[in-house]
Amino acid sequence: MIEFQYSRADNVADAVRQMAVSPGAKFVAGGTNLVDLMKLNVERPAKLIDVSRVPLDKVEEIAGGGLRIGALVRNSDLAYHPLVERRYPVLSSALLAGASQQLRNMASAGGNLLQRTRCAYFYDIATPCNKREPGSGCSAIGGLNRMNAILGTNDSCIAVHPSDMCVALAVLEARVRATGPRGERVIAFSEFHRLPGDTPQRDTNLDADELVTSIELPARGFATNHTYLKIRDRLSYAFALVSVAVGLELEGGTIKEARFALGGVAHKPWRNAGAEAALRGRTPDEAAFTQAADLVLREAKGFGHNTFKIDLARRTIVRALLQAARGTPQSQSNKKIA
Amino acid sequence: MSDQDPPAGSRRSGPPSRREVVAAAAMVPAAVAASSSALAQSQPSGGAPRSIAVKLMVNGAPHALGLDPRSTLLDTLREHLDLTGTKKGCDQGQCGACTVLVDGHRVLSCLTLAVMKDGATVTTIEGLAKDGTLHPLQQAFIDHDAFQCGYCTPGQICSAAGLIAEGKAKTVAEIRELMSGNICRCGAYPNIVAAIQQAMRQA
Repeated sequence: MIEFQYSRADNVADAVRQMAVSPGAKFVAGGTNLVDLMKLNVERPAKLIDVSRVPLDKVEEIAGGGLRIGALVRNSDLAYHPLVERRYPVLSSALLAGASQQLRNMASAGGNLLQRTRCAYFYDIATPCNKREPGSGCSAIGGLNRMNAILGTNDSCIAVHPSDMCVALAVLEARVRATGPRGERVIAFSEFHRLPGDTPQRDTNLDADELVTSIELPARGFATNHTYLKIRDRLSYAFALVSVAVGLELEGGTIKEARFALGGVAHKPWRNAGAEAALRGRTPDEAAFTQAADLVLREAKGFGHNTFKIDLARRTIVRALLQAARGTPQSQSNKKIA
Repeated sequence: MSDQDPPAGSRRSGPPSRREVVAAAAMVPAAVAASSSALAQSQPSGGAPRSIAVKLMVNGAPHALGLDPRSTLLDTLREHLDLTGTKKGCDQGQCGACTVLVDGHRVLSCLTLAVMKDGATVTTIEGLAKDGTLHPLQQAFIDHDAFQCGYCTPGQICSAAGLIAEGKAKTVAEIRELMSGNICRCGAYPNIVAAIQQAMRQA
């Protein structure tokens, strides 16, 4: 780990002011990802501005029936918050599917949004990686790419976003509130994370001098028909090969509203508006769900080791949509897949 | 970070421990390392502060430390406070051997920067026994033979103490899931779960 300066921020304004005069600095909250990357010299910040004591640790109801989650609410506290468990169980479930309880006790909600990819080449500073060192090339294409992306890829990067929480937030159509030197702004969740494009070094549309202050959930929580189904190499404490978050609204035996997002397959939580639209008005059965899965995966592309993910994703989408339609969401402790 | 001696008062009396013997054997190369480290201290790159005042309450005892901001809580416990019960396994947040309780919550000390925990209360495996009586989890791990090599055990026990305090695990499946952050390469999992169940009944 290289040397770095350290300072503490007392409030949002203080944090933003400190960042504005500290080129090369990074905010740190839980540190579960940043400290790990600093040990490996993947991240080399000149300074850490510790925001862990900034008072952004509340979960509050907001006008219109939604919820505001402070950026510093710990992942474990968020997963077990009574309002989240009752009104947004898909979010609670996704949180509990991620990491371990020790890490959830450390990780902040805001930091979870900003997790960096776990692509082995991003972590290995001896190899080329366009995300770590723009222009150096992508070692995963033609390399060991079993964990890598099958959707939204290009020649520059096939990394995946590792978060479980974010897959649920995509389904819930959350909003991210951020503050920087130019003031506060609200970013729609679909616009928060980016595809690699020609700047794979940028994971999100958050600017380097902006601080995430909260995540807002709209009123619609899909509390009746939902699931978070995560498929991984071992039953717990592993990143997703493929995961699927679902929120359905059923009416009179047909689908009124369908949303589903995939994790572990792309540079951002992956939704497909066409596939969701095709489900509206349909009977919630395996035939409809298979068609929806095929629509999503029409554009999928494997890179050798990860080509199995295309078929795995198809079956995981169908299974997850069936779980949600039947009102039997995946348990995150009993691992039998319903 | 590891080139500073712990405070004189923290040394135990009695025969030398395995750690002290190993440390003495490493004295000569350590002296060379210390001198190059001292050089770095006099010429910090980028003007980064080398030492930041940090107060920690560890196992009921207050400590005032001067720490490099790079010091993890794990290294601080082991190298500065001589509390070597907390183990360094992967040092990357993947094994759970370094689990301790910070302000009552189980966390990974290897991914915790000590400067960020200024003012915190820390409990390690050394702080669980009270008045010479083993903590119920320590006794249960012995009763159920819940380890072989023992390297993951301090982390398993601290994690289980956090688990019991959280009160979220009722069934075997829930214990297994909520203990998944602690890897045991000897594979003592069934006995670990049995030990935790025994301690839960007593809690």
